[in-house]
Order: sequence, then C-alpha cells, then structure tokens
Amino acid sequence: MVTPPAEKRLSHKKLERNVSLLGLFALVAVAIGGIVEIAPLFWIDNTIEKVDGMRPYTPLELAGRNIYMREGCYTCHSQMIRPFRDEVERYGHYSLAAESMYDHPFQWGSKRTGPDLARVGGRYSDEWHKAHLIDPRSVVPESIMPPYAFLAERDLYTGDMQNDLTALSRVGVPYSKAAIAAANDDVKAQVDPAAGIDLQKRYPKAQVRDFDGNPDRLSEMDALIAYLQMLGTLVDVEKAAPQDQTAVPAGPQEKAR
Amino acid sequence: MADRKRIDEATGTSTVGHEWDGIEELNAPLPRWWLWTFYASIVWAAGYVVLYPAWPMLHSATQGVLGWSSRGALEQAMQANAVRRAPINTAIAATALTDLPAKPELMQAAVQGGAAAFRVHCVQCHGAGGAGVKKLYPSLTDDDWLWGGDLASIEYTITHGIRNPDHRATRTSQMPAFGRDGILDAAQLADVVSHVRVISKQEKPTAASARGDVLFQANCAVCHGASGAGNRGLGAPKLTDSVWLYGGDRASLAATITQPRNGVMPRWGDRLDPVTVKMLATYVYSLGGGEKAAAPAAVSISEGQGVDGQP
Repeated sequence: MVTPPAEKRLSHKKLERNVSLLGLFALVAVAIGGIVEIAPLFWIDNTIEKVDGMRPYTPLELAGRNIYMREGCYTCHSQMIRPFRDEVERYGHYSLAAESMYDHPFQWGSKRTGPDLARVGGRYSDEWHKAHLIDPRSVVPESIMPPYAFLAERDLYTGDMQNDLTALSRVGVPYSKAAIAAANDDVKAQVDPAAGIDLQKRYPKAQVRDFDGNPDRLSEMDALIAYLQMLGTLVDVEKAAPQDQTAVPAGPQEKAR
Repeated sequence: MADRKRIDEATGTSTVGHEWDGIEELNAPLPRWWLWTFYASIVWAAGYVVLYPAWPMLHSATQGVLGWSSRGALEQAMQANAVRRAPINTAIAATALTDLPAKPELMQAAVQGGAAAFRVHCVQCHGAGGAGVKKLYPSLTDDDWLWGGDLASIEYTITHGIRNPDHRATRTSQMPAFGRDGILDAAQLADVVSHVRVISKQEKPTAASARGDVLFQANCAVCHGASGAGNRGLGAPKLTDSVWLYGGDRASLAATITQPRNGVMPRWGDRLDPVTVKMLATYVYSLGGGEKAAAPAAVSISEGQGVDGQP
C-alpha cells in the first residue's frame, strides 16, 4: 500500500502538535454529539408537547421545593415515572416533559432509594406527611428514610421569595409582575384560608390550608408538605393527547393506576 | 521521523517510528476479537437505525420499520394485562357490589385483587393487613366503623375519600376545636372528658361527670348522639366502646377536644378504576369487621345522610 509521507497529509502528528487545530477538531467532534442528541430536544414534538394546567409554583410550594433540594431529597427520590407497566400501575401516568417545564433545575433524579414522587400529591393526607417526615418508621415500618423532625421546629424563612420568583422569571417562568410583587405575602397566604382567595386566582388549583397541623406558625414543614401535595396534581394527563401511540390499535384501555 | 520505523528485534513487530528517551512504541495490530466485535457493532447499529427510532427529524425521530415506541410498548403491556385479567374483571364489574358475597368464587377473586391493590395503595396509612397506625389511622380489622362498614359504605369512602376539600361528594364533617377556639374553658373541658370516660366505662360517675353530661348534651350530642353512640353519617365515632383512634386516656381525650384531628383520607376514585375500588372494598370488608348492608330504615346510619346521598 502506497501512502504519501506523513508530513504531506493531515496526520495525527499535525493535530497533536497544533493546539488550536486540536481544539477546533475536538469541538467539531463533540458538537456532532450535541447536535444529534441535545439540539433536537428543542424542537421534536415529544419534548415540547403542550399540556393544559401547568402553572408556575406558588411561593410556598417554591419554598418547599427549595427545602426539598436543600435536604437532598432528589438523591433518593426521583420525579420521573417511566412508561413501564410496573411504574405506571404503582405511581400513575408516566411523566410528561411539560410537567417539568417550570422546574429550574428539574428534579427527575437518577436513582430511587425511596419511591418516585412525581405524582405523590393527594396520595396521602397532610397528617401522614407530617408523621412520616418526623419519623418515617411510625407509618412505614420498613422505611430507611432519615427523619426530618426539625422541619416542624423551624420557621420558614420567607424574606426573599420575590428574588426567587424574579430569578425564575428571568429564565422563562411566566410569573407576572403582580405575582412577584405579592410573593412575600403569598407565601404566608397559602396557609391561611381567609387570605388565600387572591392567591388561588393567581395560581389555579393552589391548595390553601394549614399543612403542618399548627396554624399558629409557618414552618418549613408547611412549605415542604405544600410542595409534596401539589406534585403531579396540575395536569389532567388523560386529556394531554399522548403521542407515539399510533402503532397501537385502539381498544379497551385499562385505567389501572 | 518516518525513517526511524524499524522492526523490533525481540518481537518481530514494526515500531510506529517515534522515540522518547529511547522508549519506542510497537505498531502491533489490533486483537482480532476486538476488531471483529467493532465491525459487528457497526453492522448492528446499521440494523438498529433501520428498525428502531433513531435520527432526530423535524417533529420526531425516524420511526423505524418496527414502529416501536416506549409509550406504545407500555400501551401494549397494559392491554395484554387487561386481556389477561378481563374474565374476572368483567365478571366483577357486571356484578353489583352487594351481590358479590353470594358468589364465593368471584368474591374470593375480588378479595385477592383487593389485597394486592391494598398493599400498593393503602398500607402506608392503614398498615399491613389493615391494622392501622396508633393515634393516626384507624384499624380496618375490627367492627368499629367511623363511616360505615357495609360494602357500599366502604366503597363510597374509598371512592370519594374523607374530608377532601376540593371534592364535593367526599365524606365530610368537622369537629369544632372546643378548646383552642375557647368554646369550652379548661374546667368545662375536663368535665366533658370525665363524662366521656364515664360513658366509656373507664371511670365512675362523679360531680364533674354530671356537669360534663350537661355540656355534652349541649355541645357534643348533636353529632355523637345523646348517649355517645356516634353517628356514621358524620363520621362521629362511638364513644361508649373501648376502641379509641386518638386515645381514650384523659390526656388524649383532652387533646382531641382541644384540637380535633379531623382525619383526612385521599379519594381513590380518580386514581383507581372502579373494579379495583370494588376489589378493595371487598378486601376491607373481609378483614373481619364487614357488616351486612343496613336496612334502608336503619336510623342510626341514615339520620345523618346528606343530600348527596352518602350511604
């Protein structure tokens, strides 16, 4: 086999000795992966399908979500129900991309030591969540979850919800100016049935009640339970037209979930 | 440097031609097993791209000639399971809930199905086997029922839940916070506790319990009944027996009257299909405390029946 001398063609030797050229070629190689795997997520229907009912988090839910992240709940709990029968029968309808559209960052998680929480909202009573967070073994004897009793003892810091909402609105979460302005009050209004009516206009389907069983105090427990109780409750998944099912003949659909 | 290429004497293999401080690299051929695996994976990838979704296009990835999708595969798995369970499910669906006990085989299947669903959805609160959690959630294994223990009542409770504020048909009632809201002062509260302890045969009547009786008739009898027999239409527990959800000692009773729990149960009608709810009802019914359906005239159950027809 006759090959031209290495110096006359674009050889590895040339690449390895020219850092700019090496950088350029490395960029091209990595970009191909990105273009094929990441870029399409911004336009294919599966990931940008619209669903009815999604709304940004209320300030209290957001505060609860911040606690969820602070305590690292995502290291053991996922929020992503995959389209398998065992998951759908246990947790409910598989997660849709749009259900995470206001999550920055999303809480899909990558590992389940505990169960998936994507649709945990409404599954248990507030009282259960409180008892479970204070002492998981009191209601689930075989649980290995650590206790979070201190959440009920700590007042929720509500000082900078406006900043929180502002930051999210800058990355595309549609909080109105009025919602941002009212954020610090809204966080308290959601545990007060008398004051929560305005809140429900801003945030449809927001659950207004005292969550931790202690109406005299707005604790971190209130916020976390408010967040857990809304997970997966916003979207009517039966109505969200599922795609990619064209290959399946229509038939009696079992609603086992 | 190309001229530095030479045959290595020890191995008989050509070197690649460069050298650092006397260290040279052999230009050994790739192991055959590796090379052929590499080629095979290229062939496999070509086949995969044709058969399965692969290249992202404008609206979705290329479909692949098999037409496979994860959601479609789920739908097929769900349908296959539905078909497998169809004979029993349709038979249970076609049978009125109250007729099920008369068909032992079907009842047995329903109880088994209910037990399976119970282990997934109910044990977190009601415990394995329905034993409940002390001071939080009621045992389903005894014959003391808050909202009724016949099949229809159990099914209604499972379907609509208890105290779901966003659901009109839910079972609901609210015991006032007699202590917290100052309806009764501390002394009156202690008197009522004494009276409840007397009617539940835990204490002998005293002057305090007599005063408590008067307060009980004025404040509590409307739901719990003059004798404390309870009212299942309102989920007001019987106070004369020895079964206490939130405790029957003085401190627990005082805590309950001060700030009642007004326990909540989620509704499952939106999450589970009617057959599964029916199965759950038969399972809970079978746990030991199931009651015969009450005759329509049974006052104790129907007197609190709301306009929405809660059994």
